[in-house]
Amino acid sequence: MNQSTNIMIVGVGGQGTLLASRILGNVAINSGYDVKVSEVHGMSQRGGSVVTYVKYGKEVFSPVISEGEADIILAFEQLEAYRYFKFLKNNGVMLVNIQKIDPMPVITGAARYPDEIINKLKNTGADITEVDALQAANKAGNAKTANVVLIGLLASKTNIPKGVWENAIQQTVPQNFLDVNKKAFEIGYNGGVE
Amino acid sequence: MKKLMLGNAAVARGAYEAGVSVVSSYPGTPSTEITQEIAKFDEIDSEWAPNEKVALEVAIGASFAGARAMSCMKHVGLNVAADPLFTVSYTGVSGGLVICVADDQGIHSSQNEQDSRLMAIASKVPMLEPADSAECKHYVKTAFELSEKYDTPILIRLSTRVSHSQSLVQLSERQDISLREYAKDTAKRVMMPAMAISRHKYVERRLDDMRDFAEQCEFNTIEKKSKKIGVITAGIAYQYAKEAFPEASFLKLGLINPLPEKLIKDFASQVEQLYVIEELEPVIENHCKAIGLNIHGKDILPRTGEYNSGMIRKAVFGEQIETHNIEEDIPGRPPVMCVGCPHRGVFYLLKKLRFIVSGDIGCYTLGALAPLNSMDLCVCMGASIGMAHGIEKARGDSFRKKTVAVIGDSTFIHSGITGLIDIVYNKGNSTVIILDNSITAMTGHQDNPATGYTIKSEPTKSLDLVGLCKAIGVNRVTIADPFDLSGFEKILKEETQADEPSVIIARRPCALLKGVRYPGALRINENCVTCKSCLGLGCPAISVKDSKVTIDATQCVGCGLCLKVCKFNAIGGIKDESIN
Repeated sequence: MNQSTNIMIVGVGGQGTLLASRILGNVAINSGYDVKVSEVHGMSQRGGSVVTYVKYGKEVFSPVISEGEADIILAFEQLEAYRYFKFLKNNGVMLVNIQKIDPMPVITGAARYPDEIINKLKNTGADITEVDALQAANKAGNAKTANVVLIGLLASKTNIPKGVWENAIQQTVPQNFLDVNKKAFEIGYNGGVE
Repeated sequence: MKKLMLGNAAVARGAYEAGVSVVSSYPGTPSTEITQEIAKFDEIDSEWAPNEKVALEVAIGASFAGARAMSCMKHVGLNVAADPLFTVSYTGVSGGLVICVADDQGIHSSQNEQDSRLMAIASKVPMLEPADSAECKHYVKTAFELSEKYDTPILIRLSTRVSHSQSLVQLSERQDISLREYAKDTAKRVMMPAMAISRHKYVERRLDDMRDFAEQCEFNTIEKKSKKIGVITAGIAYQYAKEAFPEASFLKLGLINPLPEKLIKDFASQVEQLYVIEELEPVIENHCKAIGLNIHGKDILPRTGEYNSGMIRKAVFGEQIETHNIEEDIPGRPPVMCVGCPHRGVFYLLKKLRFIVSGDIGCYTLGALAPLNSMDLCVCMGASIGMAHGIEKARGDSFRKKTVAVIGDSTFIHSGITGLIDIVYNKGNSTVIILDNSITAMTGHQDNPATGYTIKSEPTKSLDLVGLCKAIGVNRVTIADPFDLSGFEKILKEETQADEPSVIIARRPCALLKGVRYPGALRINENCVTCKSCLGLGCPAISVKDSKVTIDATQCVGCGLCLKVCKFNAIGGIKDESIN
């Protein structure tokens, strides 16, 4: 029914999910697809839960993805992975950065951060890959490139040639940060190791 | 060349290609980026106005003067601009006049979820609704032609998912549009009773003409497929419906005010079962019912929130997609004030002193959430001040001394000034705190009359808030640093007890502004007794890990507010004198 490839990028406002979605959008156009990228602006960017939808294919209609429709979910944070897991197709792939960021209800003690999220996700039988993107980004030379590490990991899970991803990164990131981002992409592409 | 563009950027591109020469707007999510993109074009004179009413009036003046002009705002902004909107409908235009209004279905970043189509109907202004970025560009461009042809302003209705989605757009060159000649026309442009009576008749004739146009215009299209199901839809709802009904026939409406009658009836006669798919109000549905059609719409789909293809399939076909199920309660992640946010100090004190806080619209509305919990009211832009005055009128002086109004710098300029005039004029004694963070922050850092820069970052006169408040007649105007907790607390107590109106300007720039530098991450030392008083600040960098208070070094900027709350000297990592 739905012919497009559906990718969600989820995380916490300020983690760089917007840049990641823009790289992905450029990858899809450069591959000759119709593309839609739906972003979040305004209030939820202030440290709230953020989700970006990227859809590509022959013809894309809705810019958003409904529950159970995502082929890939790229999660920048464990709790956000958990929150959006119901959007994953039964045969979908989820890539999770192991970083944990306490939301305010946990900080104030009104709620508890769930334990063992990654194990619980894996126990459902879903295809889950975890990565320490922050550590990998530090290896690349800048903690802020964790988003590009995750893009690297995502690239390794698709059949779009690596060069297309590298070009999209070149198109999207500021030139003076290109080298560190290329390195971050490479580490991500290798599953988080140099 | 095709380019991946935000809907808002495509609107800007359409206006550029249509030869627009004046754009005046006020920022508001999800409309803000239109005017930011416009500002990048040297050929267009663009500006941030103090509010949407002024913005639209500037565009009206430019249109009367013969230029193509545009004004952009969010749905609630159109309420502010409703006064000029309803009467420019009567006057019509000279140069094409386009008003973009972005609705926020799902309330991602607004105070309500109103449907702007009802404003188009009420003001009798034709409205177009694009469904993706390519249509944004095309519709806006055509809207300028329609505006001049039918002598009417044209509304463009956007929504969060159109404004903030990127899709492919084909770019063209800018048209060379020259100014129309200026000619005085009192009967058409001076709206007093005698003239307005005849202009109202004109407006009704124009609507009839537009109805004829709606029957055959290029924006209202039929896609013939199965005869079993026909879907009538418009805008973003079209995209959801196309995924939900891949086999159905479609009548996609691009001109949504006025709506066609014959076209809809013809379409209806070709299908067995008819659905109207539209978010929020049943505008198309009511029209269909009024012309005698039997349709499904709000009987199966909600009037609130956003739609998606999955929920439409569920409502229509009872289809439930299997999803991974998680039993556990997942804690929410509401937005929070950023690390280093200057508002945090003010709300910490308002909570400590248990003030009743009449609040307003901006980042600081987040002061209503835990753990700060220190906002009692928030209704619309500028309302904090009038509401504080109303509280005093209702409950008297002792209650007034426990109440403050809190409003941002841009919001105060937008529509708080008149509230303050009311307090002074009508012998109120309220205290107003203006949170002056040197920028319009929530919408993504736009300049405003107090920042000293224009939308194009050119230096300009900067509004003197102290001088303004004094000119209004407020004798007690104090500037205070919200990070100087003890000093600010003293001022708060004094000003609220005074028997005359007072203004406290809490001045410290937004932590996200370029040039705002704090010394870097703090850390908790061995003096910590886990009293958790620092957690009361609601700083996202401070949390409890393994029963110990910790500061997340990847988040903390070292603003130092927590140092001032800590009684045990348990926070270190930087030299104290570097914090001020």
